[in-house]
Amino acid sequence: MPTLPSLRASGGDGADPGRDEVASLTFESVTKRFDDVVAVDALDLEIHDGEFMVLLGPSGCGKTTALRMIAGLEEITEGRLYIGDRVVNDVDPARRDVSMVFQSYALYPHMTVRRNIESPLLVRKYRVDGDGAPPRKLTKAERAARVDEAARVLGLTELLDRKPAALSGGQRQRVALARAFVGRPQAYLMDEPLSNLDAKLRAATRLELVDLHRRVQTTVVYVTHDQVEAMTMADRIAIMSAGRLQQVGTPQEVYDRPANLFVAQFIGTPPMNTLTGTVTTDGGTGPAVDVGHGRVPLPPGLTTRLEEGRPVVVGVRPEHLALSDEGPLEQKVRAVEWLGHECLVFGAIGDSPLVVRQTGLARLEPGGTARLVVDPAHVHVFDPETTERLP
Amino acid sequence: MTAEAVTSPAADRSPEVPRSRRRWLRRYSPREVLLALALLAPSIAVFVVFFYRPFLNLLNWGRFESRRNGAYFEDVGLAQYREALGSDDFREGLWHSVQFVLYTVPAGLVLGVLLAVAAHRRLRGIKVFQAIFSSTLASSTAVTSVIFFYLFNPVVGLIEANWLNDPDMAMVAVSISSIWQNMGLSFVIVLAGLQAVPDEVMEAALLDGYGAVRRLVRITLPLISPVLLFLLVVLVIFGLQAFAQIDIITKGGPVSATETLVFKINRLNRPDNIGIGAVYSIGLFLVTLVVTALQFAILERRVHYAR
Repeated sequence: MPTLPSLRASGGDGADPGRDEVASLTFESVTKRFDDVVAVDALDLEIHDGEFMVLLGPSGCGKTTALRMIAGLEEITEGRLYIGDRVVNDVDPARRDVSMVFQSYALYPHMTVRRNIESPLLVRKYRVDGDGAPPRKLTKAERAARVDEAARVLGLTELLDRKPAALSGGQRQRVALARAFVGRPQAYLMDEPLSNLDAKLRAATRLELVDLHRRVQTTVVYVTHDQVEAMTMADRIAIMSAGRLQQVGTPQEVYDRPANLFVAQFIGTPPMNTLTGTVTTDGGTGPAVDVGHGRVPLPPGLTTRLEEGRPVVVGVRPEHLALSDEGPLEQKVRAVEWLGHECLVFGAIGDSPLVVRQTGLARLEPGGTARLVVDPAHVHVFDPETTERLP
Repeated sequence: MTAEAVTSPAADRSPEVPRSRRRWLRRYSPREVLLALALLAPSIAVFVVFFYRPFLNLLNWGRFESRRNGAYFEDVGLAQYREALGSDDFREGLWHSVQFVLYTVPAGLVLGVLLAVAAHRRLRGIKVFQAIFSSTLASSTAVTSVIFFYLFNPVVGLIEANWLNDPDMAMVAVSISSIWQNMGLSFVIVLAGLQAVPDEVMEAALLDGYGAVRRLVRITLPLISPVLLFLLVVLVIFGLQAFAQIDIITKGGPVSATETLVFKINRLNRPDNIGIGAVYSIGLFLVTLVVTALQFAILERRVHYAR
């Protein structure tokens, strides 16, 4: 297998293989208002150099606005945005040294693939002569070399003379990526770049993007509403809702220790089950939560002192419930979905819907009942008022 | 292994679908032909009555030369065509028409594009300006012409020089009124074209460092080129057919400085000259046809039709 050259920008060609530019991105209580609507509300977020950061949330949560503020396509109402050490609030988009892959790809339909990829190199100035030298425009030969390299890496060499209309969706997406990569910017901004691809191609492209990121080692900020993309690609995920940052963490952190009920129910398919109840110490093996139709044990690591009778919300993921004849919870079974490798048992405890995930086939009839056991180590406790996780 | 995955485009090897064979090559059943004719009948009827038949009449009248001031006509065949189309009067009319087109079309196009680009943004109250800019489209040529007639009046108007009596400036004056009127049309059509350009494409250009002029020339204009071609063709035809503004503002004068072909055709529209008028009309038709065909032939290859 041929070794591919690094796409990273560095001083002289190959002279300095290490990271020479700090390209962290920092939001310092950044707010964006459109008239009366607060799209992003006092966002504090640090995206580390070289990190693959996914901004995740439902539509209208402010994730795209946050991305567009990094690009300079939206003005910042309040707060400060840093790229590296530089405040870029008032810096022209073309001078921020970032590139963007748009949801619609935003290719220039009247230009060939070659011209599309070359476009960012035509006007912008680049630091190509080492650290001391001022940035300059690239020569024609330099542009051609970069376009050819980007096209080769993304498998577009054969298509350079075509126009976007003659390309498939996946090929257009590659052109958009090549156009983003050709300028070797400090950060790549991606706005739902996979949403126009079919499921199979999306899965393949996810892997390629991760691989591409591994090789270029450049900061990526990736906006999506698809938690699968977030979980599979991100170094860290920033989950947003209603303009506010809910939690930042690695995929495992946000899955294992969701900071609040929103994150708990947004991450995971099917989402985490939540049951309201009160803390009790009566007759059982230890402190538990009485959810009306049974008891859910409290997790062993819980440091918050919960007094008797305190209302709480307990969360348990479907895979942390198991069918067992002696289980302390009773579920009314509404439907069983068999997916081949596993099955999902849909039902309810009292009025609260509840899903159980079980490997193999559960022999249950809709309308009957099932008894469940809970793995105490995977019980999450939330405050019903603040919806925050109780540590 | 992973690098392989990146370089191989195997994942999206979607086959190129061949364009379907042209349908009209297949045979139609008599029933289908009848149905097609029935559906086309109304428009065919309108074209026959108002276009094809009058056109044939014109061709026919062109053969007849008037004798004794239209007392009777003599069939002279193509002789009258040769004579009339070769006359200085026809050439003068043609030149004035070309002048009028050259004065009005480029200015109308450029102003329309500039106004539309200026008004194509999300600003509070921009609709008011859009309404104002497009209002000239809604004003009738007669009203516009009367307004400009008075604007060009050296006593009560804006300009003290007497352009309407100056053979060199009369055409400019008439053109200005037409430019003003065409501006609304250009504005509306270009604005509609601009609104069809995706925002993300313009944002990509912004990130690529394109300045305002470069964005306009390299991105916006190519993307709205079908609209511009349409406007060009329509404005040229309007220019070649302009009559009311000339009739109202200058009546073809001073002397014959603003007599365009259409104006001359109207002047010849009397029984004793109907044959020559018919020949002029055919001449104007041919000029329009050739100019329009040339525009398509030369420019359509450069037009980008988005798919």
